[in-house]
Amino acid sequence: MSLLSSLVRTIGRVPVARTQFAALFSTSPEWKDKLDKMVSSNKVVVFMKGVPNAPRCGFSNAVTQVLRMHGVDYDAYDVLSDEDLRQAVKDYTNWPTIPQIYINGQFVGGCDIILQMHKTGELIEMLKQIG
Amino acid sequence: MNIVLPIHCLVVNESNQHNVPRGSETHFRVLIVSNKFDSTSLIERHRHINEILNDELKSGVHALAIEAFTPVEWEKSNQQINQSPKCRGGSNR
Repeated sequence: MSLLSSLVRTIGRVPVARTQFAALFSTSPEWKDKLDKMVSSNKVVVFMKGVPNAPRCGFSNAVTQVLRMHGVDYDAYDVLSDEDLRQAVKDYTNWPTIPQIYINGQFVGGCDIILQMHKTGELIEMLKQIG
Repeated sequence: MNIVLPIHCLVVNESNQHNVPRGSETHFRVLIVSNKFDSTSLIERHRHINEILNDELKSGVHALAIEAFTPVEWEKSNQQINQSPKCRGGSNR
């Protein structure tokens, strides 16, 4: 399978740190301005598929459940209702998948990372810090 | 060239859990255990894997769940790959 062979071929060769700087920032200035405002519209901001009461993707749903469990008040933006937003946020964050979670204006990760941080207790620490 | 292979590399095609044609390769979960992840953040690890799979992500891979461990973290974990949550129908554009 090509996905597996790509991973095995490449994982040993590229220094992990280098990939951070490989981002091609292709967001338009208008979208960058808009997204700068969106990611800091609340202490916690989620770009997801569907809305918190009706998520349309299992990964987005998992994120809303974790945030609900922690009683977090957050802003959610539905990328399925706006195809331009969907692409713009991927470019802005340089992250290929949805959902994407921002805390205090900083990108913290997608579903896997939030679930992992929830398990390790890192998430609750971060939420406590922001009040 | 000094090529360090990952200690574990597991790829699961989860496409059959979604509303896509039989035999599709659209939804994947990968588990990687590698020394390369020592002293790196989760975001860095995910970015690294996303970059390796950039071409695949641009040509049909729609969902990619990632579990990235250092060997020490892997030893301490339950050493099992997770299952992705159930599809909720938003795959179609």
